[in-house]
Amino acid sequence: MPKLIAKTPLSGLWPVTHRDLSLSEVALDRITSVAPFRGQEKALAKALKPLGLAFLAPNSFAEKAGVRLVWTGRDQAFLINAVLETPAAALTDQSDGWACLRLEGAGAADVLMRLYPLDLRAQVFAPGQAARAGLNHMASVLMRTETAFELLVFRSMARTAWAEIAEAMQHVAARRAL
Amino acid sequence: MRLTCPLCGPRDRREFHYLGAEEYLRRPAAEAASAAWDDYLHNRDNPAGETRDLWYHEAGCGQWLLVTRDTVSHDIRKVELVATLKGGAK
Repeated sequence: MPKLIAKTPLSGLWPVTHRDLSLSEVALDRITSVAPFRGQEKALAKALKPLGLAFLAPNSFAEKAGVRLVWTGRDQAFLINAVLETPAAALTDQSDGWACLRLEGAGAADVLMRLYPLDLRAQVFAPGQAARAGLNHMASVLMRTETAFELLVFRSMARTAWAEIAEAMQHVAARRAL
Repeated sequence: MRLTCPLCGPRDRREFHYLGAEEYLRRPAAEAASAAWDDYLHNRDNPAGETRDLWYHEAGCGQWLLVTRDTVSHDIRKVELVATLKGGAK
């Protein structure tokens, strides 16, 4: 079968930059929802071991060699950029359903706190933490890495999320320029 | 108003959707007397004080929560996951 050229959810948009704040798209190869069956936690831990990952506590994520596992709900996590085969969990392909945005630079937390009803200051929401929370009215998965915020939104809402974050960036940048 | 979701932590009220009284957890059997169904569907207390009701964490973890709160002082006393209650959803 011929290999078709896949468009990313935000293709055609250039990164938005305001001073050192920058918004860009992260292209993900693959997202799989992993929901362990009852009593299968040990078997799942074994299946995740070759990836160097373990199933997560709520509100956290872990990354190893470009493969990420992020908590997304009770007994559910998203495995990003890896393939997992195991009968211990319900595995659902989510790859084309989500868009991933990255916001980095000083003041990124101020920008997102305009949109999320969460305290995102580094001493409260530290690197390695994740949250399922509403970005305005959009469902999202928010993660804080050492250098940036990365967030997943439904693909159908990718451009709305992009526009709203870009606008908040503009407001924060304008306020700092005063 | 804030609810402390047992999974997600303290969250703003706008992340939650209100369903109604705790009675919705005790659905009568299909062949139960019509009085039991009448109670289940229509008859509610309206207490000045402690009340227990169901909320859905729609913008967060997607779990049903049983919230114990006080209608007089507006205290939130307890928030529990319905799924882990005895006899709760599996």
